[in-house]
Amino acid sequence: MLKLLLIGLKDLKLMFRDRAALLLMLLTPFLLTLGMGLVTGQFSGDNNSGISDIPVVIVNLDNDSLGNALVDIFNSDDLADLVEPASSQDPEAARRQVDEDEVAAAIIIPAGFTQSVIPQGNAAPNEELTIEFYSNPSRPTSAGIVKAILDGFLARLDEMRLGGVTTITQLLASGRIQPQDANQVGEEIGERLQSAAANGNEATAITLNTSTSEEEANEFNALAYFAPGMALMFLMYTVSYGGRSILAEKAEGTLPRLLVSPTNSTQVLGGKVFGIFLMGAAQMLILIGASTLFFGLNWGNTLSVILLVLVAVFGATGWGLLITALARTPAQIGSVGSAVMLIFAMLGGSFIQLDNLPAIIQTIGRITPNAWAMDGFLTLALGGTLTLLSPPILALLTMGILLFLISAALFGRKNLIQK
Amino acid sequence: MPAILESQNLVKKYGDFTAVKGVTFDIKEGEIFSLLGPNGAGKTTTISMLSTLYTPTSGDATIGGHSITKDPMAVKQVIGVVPQDLALYEDLTAKENLVFWGQMYGLGGKSLNSRVDEVLDQIGLADKAKNRVKTYSGGMKRRVNIGVGLLHKPRLLFMDEPTVGIDPQSRRAILDTVKDLNEQGMTVLYTTHYMEEAQELSDRVGIIDHGELIALGTQDELTKQVGQTETLILHIGENEDPEALAKAIRSVDGVQKADVTDNEVSVITSDAKDILAAVVTQANERGIRIRSMDIREPNLEAVFLNLTGRALRD
Repeated sequence: MLKLLLIGLKDLKLMFRDRAALLLMLLTPFLLTLGMGLVTGQFSGDNNSGISDIPVVIVNLDNDSLGNALVDIFNSDDLADLVEPASSQDPEAARRQVDEDEVAAAIIIPAGFTQSVIPQGNAAPNEELTIEFYSNPSRPTSAGIVKAILDGFLARLDEMRLGGVTTITQLLASGRIQPQDANQVGEEIGERLQSAAANGNEATAITLNTSTSEEEANEFNALAYFAPGMALMFLMYTVSYGGRSILAEKAEGTLPRLLVSPTNSTQVLGGKVFGIFLMGAAQMLILIGASTLFFGLNWGNTLSVILLVLVAVFGATGWGLLITALARTPAQIGSVGSAVMLIFAMLGGSFIQLDNLPAIIQTIGRITPNAWAMDGFLTLALGGTLTLLSPPILALLTMGILLFLISAALFGRKNLIQK
Repeated sequence: MPAILESQNLVKKYGDFTAVKGVTFDIKEGEIFSLLGPNGAGKTTTISMLSTLYTPTSGDATIGGHSITKDPMAVKQVIGVVPQDLALYEDLTAKENLVFWGQMYGLGGKSLNSRVDEVLDQIGLADKAKNRVKTYSGGMKRRVNIGVGLLHKPRLLFMDEPTVGIDPQSRRAILDTVKDLNEQGMTVLYTTHYMEEAQELSDRVGIIDHGELIALGTQDELTKQVGQTETLILHIGENEDPEALAKAIRSVDGVQKADVTDNEVSVITSDAKDILAAVVTQANERGIRIRSMDIREPNLEAVFLNLTGRALRD
């Protein structure tokens, strides 16, 4: 066991002395994350919770309490950094602005929206009108944020309406009001709700929105997405680099030399695998530490992050071993490893969120450690706990074990070391 | 002297090709034993089987009383191996390499540190111990390569062509190191295709060719096999026909054998001076220009030539 650890630690030391490898393992993903941050405007302001100043146009044809309340939400101080709303009275013009990529989305509140939700006086309830959300497909992330704010508002409206109905029902059931008074009481509740909305007491709604707005913002935080994306992409490079070292040691004679020392082949191969694992874990933890330090990213609960890193590296190490077991030369591992790194990055959502890819790609992407680990890192970044990590952890562990078994069988068949 | 190594009919096959064909020999405790043979003769394969790296197809050997096939881990404790090619981590320093390899041999703590310092002194690199191996010259790397094999004070040291590709000064240093180690009581199995090294170092020599041990004994015993002969080496021009010259020389009285190696014709005779004039005449008659010639006393080269009809460097 001691020799296994010593071999792994020796490989880790060698990694830190290989400048070219360090460049690819640490500096490149760090710089790519930094570049992504600059491109997405992450560093343009003090706000570190995500994308800022999302242009959105709101067409308020309702001009009543609820429509105005929604406009006020978008113009509130809480969202001042996040969105940059503009007003319009022309739905077509607003849609055109979206089509011409001037704004991320248009929100069109139809005339009579408030009346359709909260009928006034003895007027018969109108057919319920819906707010139109017209999104810009070329800005999925920004449009998603606007949609999340709108959804929060609508959810709050549903709560209030449901609350009103429930209140009337309970008052009737308790005998505090008579059935013939129900309509009048309902009107009063509706008026109070409108009054509350009109007086800006939508703070409750905003509070709700704000409390989730951090989660929503984190979900779409470019750096919170790209930092694990890039780290996982280059993790695949590291595990293939580690696998390459097995064949390189064979070619350079140090592997045979290890085997003529009183060290058995299980210790030698185990040590090499442990070395790959150590390299991957060190790379991930350094990148996470650096992004926390330099970008102010919050990766989530520290222990959960470490656990996720370890299982992600375990799954990736399995792939590194499989590539090594199938390759014949260190050069083959280098080229195959680079190709796998890029393919897995694309399939696993390191560049584009998997939800935005076709269903078939999403399914295929599940063979990659990138996809599962991205799920886990995003869950943690959104404040998720260890219990929510069960699916990615189980998937990555299963992936690692399966690939280890397959690789061991292939190594045995190839008779990698002994002749 | 008891035998520390006894090899019995070692065979190694790769498919239809037999690399080692039933090699049997022993090495006595305290001696330097050389396996001499040209490239591809089976020296490295033999040493790889003896060091437990390769599994013999058949046959066995005991080292320090342990079978290489049945108890390889015990064998590994007895032997030290200096491989033909450098087997070091070039991004580690010499000291880090020695510490790591010492750990692989089960050394640790203060005994490891003191042994590493001793070996660094022994190989003359104590003052450069903290430099990375990749910054060393070829000779210095060779010395570290040897140092690794010495760390655990093996009873039997395998050295597989340790002087290949290095400068004469480093070669000299390595040969002196081998002699020093032997004087300190270490038994050495040394493989080489340099006749001079085998002659200088060995108590006994095994000559190996095409996977077979074709001669075995002390140098005196081996040279007696070729009798009281001398070897006349004729160096001819690149565009000349050495085969034609060799054929002509074989008809000269007193010539026992004439063989061709590259642009050389090796002539075995009882007295080289007696045939010189006739040999030159044969060359002149065929328009072949002899550029230089050497006369060599009976040696291992002559033994090899006598046994195989080829020079060692073939």
